[in-house]
Amino acid sequence: MSNRLRHFRQSLTAAALAAALAAPVALSVPGVAVAQERGGTMNIIVQPEPPILVLGLNQQAPTQTVAGKIYQGLLTFGFDLTPQPELAESWEVSPDGKVYTFKLVKNAKWHDGKPFTAHDVVFSTSKFLIEAHPRARATFSKCEKIEALDDHTVRFTLKEPFGPFLQSFEVSSAPMIPKHIYEGTDYKTNPANATPIGTGPFKFKEWVKGSYIHLVRNDEYWKAGKPYLDDIYFRVIPDAASRAVAVEQGTVQQTQFNDIETFDVPRLKGLPNVEMTTKGYEFFAPLSWIEINTRNKPLDDKRFRQAMMHAIDRKFIRDKIWFGLGRPATGPVNSVTRFHEPNVRKYDYDPKKAEALLEEAGFKKGADGTRAKVRLLVMPYGETWTRLGEYVKQAMKRVGVDVTLETTDAAGWVNRVSNWDYDLSFNFVYQYGDPALGVTRTYVSENIRKGVMFSNTMGYSNPEVDKLFAQAAQTNKDEERQQLYSAAQKILVEDVPVAWLLEMEFPTFLDKRFKNAVTTAIGVNESYDSVYMVKK
Amino acid sequence: MTAAAITPARKGSGFWGAFARNKGAVIGLVFLALVVLMAVFADLLYPASPWDMTAMPFQPPLSEDALLGSDTLGRDIASGIAHGARVSLLIGLTSTAVAVLIGVFLGAVSGFYGGRVDDLVMRFTELFQTIPNFVLAVVLVAIFTPSLTSIVLAIAIVSWPPLARLARGEFMSLRSREFVHAAVTTGQSNLTIIWRQILPNSLSPIIVSASLMVATAILLESSLSFLGLGDPNLMSWGYMVGAARTVIRQAWWMSFFPGIAILLTVLALNLVGEGLNDALNPKLARKGRS
Repeated sequence: MSNRLRHFRQSLTAAALAAALAAPVALSVPGVAVAQERGGTMNIIVQPEPPILVLGLNQQAPTQTVAGKIYQGLLTFGFDLTPQPELAESWEVSPDGKVYTFKLVKNAKWHDGKPFTAHDVVFSTSKFLIEAHPRARATFSKCEKIEALDDHTVRFTLKEPFGPFLQSFEVSSAPMIPKHIYEGTDYKTNPANATPIGTGPFKFKEWVKGSYIHLVRNDEYWKAGKPYLDDIYFRVIPDAASRAVAVEQGTVQQTQFNDIETFDVPRLKGLPNVEMTTKGYEFFAPLSWIEINTRNKPLDDKRFRQAMMHAIDRKFIRDKIWFGLGRPATGPVNSVTRFHEPNVRKYDYDPKKAEALLEEAGFKKGADGTRAKVRLLVMPYGETWTRLGEYVKQAMKRVGVDVTLETTDAAGWVNRVSNWDYDLSFNFVYQYGDPALGVTRTYVSENIRKGVMFSNTMGYSNPEVDKLFAQAAQTNKDEERQQLYSAAQKILVEDVPVAWLLEMEFPTFLDKRFKNAVTTAIGVNESYDSVYMVKK
Repeated sequence: MTAAAITPARKGSGFWGAFARNKGAVIGLVFLALVVLMAVFADLLYPASPWDMTAMPFQPPLSEDALLGSDTLGRDIASGIAHGARVSLLIGLTSTAVAVLIGVFLGAVSGFYGGRVDDLVMRFTELFQTIPNFVLAVVLVAIFTPSLTSIVLAIAIVSWPPLARLARGEFMSLRSREFVHAAVTTGQSNLTIIWRQILPNSLSPIIVSASLMVATAILLESSLSFLGLGDPNLMSWGYMVGAARTVIRQAWWMSFFPGIAILLTVLALNLVGEGLNDALNPKLARKGRS
């Protein structure tokens, strides 16, 4: 009896082992053919609810995620930010960097059945976006002329070379807009805005405000056999705790950007049915820093700012405040974007060095052990930034600098920082894949503009840096640009116009049954035409 | 009525006797004394600032370097509770004092003069009573930016109306008593009558409600801090609960201990308030205790 039982047990174990070994083999051999079949519904969180889905009119993050499935750009970008074909199947750049010629795909159609042609591209870039899209306006106003050579060829002629011109054809930077619907109308009040028409793999079906946005498969999509999914629901869930629960219970299959609070990340990471990735944000590549008003004493002293870099433990901030998300920043350019320079002055965490620098700069300890007093306006973007403020206060106290925390609401924060009424604050900005698009604006003196947020609010001014940034934007030769940007980064890291904290990462949580979701540098804003669901 | 008047003499006598007869009140008083001691000696118990990151983050209770555990940044919870007691008591007492000043002044004027003045003051009081306390406090603190002063004032401004009504009632009933008439006949000024004659005789119920108001003020301050509207440079219990609620599923102790501190302190204040009520208003003492 006991023998038989043991034998039974052994064979059970053997069977289990065999099954475990066989399973991956069975899945991987016919995987390609079996897995990428049609069908499946994906539920994605969208938060906050977008105001409108016409990507040419609104480029807030949630709008991009939803409308990226409806609209398309001429190009998309790999993880290393190299351009990849989308509505343009090939492109040429003239040797002087002034003429860009795009060959378009020939079989693309708008959701209402009209063909997509070069005239739509000319209309979008020379009329619609120039009027309605600030970032596109800055780029396409550099064009001398934009013309359709034939139905499927477009030529852009620039007034002078512009390094990141190709980066401007990503879907949120330059979404293609149907000419036959918008030409001659008031873009913002066009009734068609309620039912967006694009060339993408998913068509707009229904929008129940406050609840969900429903997109369905575009059967006429120009890539044969795609997309695989039947439909996508974007669920509006305003409460952060409810969003985490929705992931835990599997009622949504994807979250992105700030949907999940950092403190929930470790818990959700352990769930068996979802996987987490931080890839797919390379195009945005936000960098966070302590904003320093260099007009005010003692912050006008470079050595004081350098001491701040040594006094603050960026690893601690990453591990304990951001729960492991992000990388300690070494300088103004995020290391996953182009032209990052790693060989710059290093600021390791070392309170002693910080104190030595303060001592050298003449900030002696007073009777109460205080060398200097500054105010820190905490960014009102939630708990995580509040904790960061408390950390910075304590870290600076260790080197004898007394930091007084100030709190405010979102409007008050923008108002005070943009009008230079602060000592220290926090900030983070997107870099859009190229220093000329997302880095220059923070440090050049021509962008010291009172009342404008995300400009050079620190009042940092260095003619050398201005010159390097200007030269680097006006060439499209990568080696030359790298040299210029490297030189600029070395100066900036020496000068510390802001105290860089983290190269921020966002967690994307994905149901393990859905494959191919994050494949490019724009990640969740991609068209999802190759996303498929593995059925069990 | 006569029976109630006689009872205090039976067991113990005077104020303390009546107070001590309420066991809950004595326990409350002892606990409150402990909290006060903790607040006074916080700097000796925990010389470092409660914001200092003295331990490893996320240490559970009974760890080597943190008796009650440490929080997300490695700050000692026990130190936070000791230093937080100062803030809670300070805000509770000062805001109540301000509220008593406003409430008793307006109530006294209203009850003593009556008529038009009474109407005017009471409509003004009702204006404040119709707005929910907490919402008004949140709005006030948000407008004036969170700081110790703005929080104390906000709590005082939302707390005085009940005191004003109480004082008005007392003044109205005492106004028609013989000793007040006598004072009027002897030619004393209105101010002297309010200050010397009526006020001392109406103090008992005011003291009782003020003691309970301290508890409410502590709760209000904790709720404001919980919402992130506390003074960002002061460690308080409400702040500790608020900051730790995000990790409550990973680290219960960070919100549990400060929460218990709030609960017990507020409970103790209520018990003391009830004891004061028994001692100062013997006529209102409940049946079954005598």
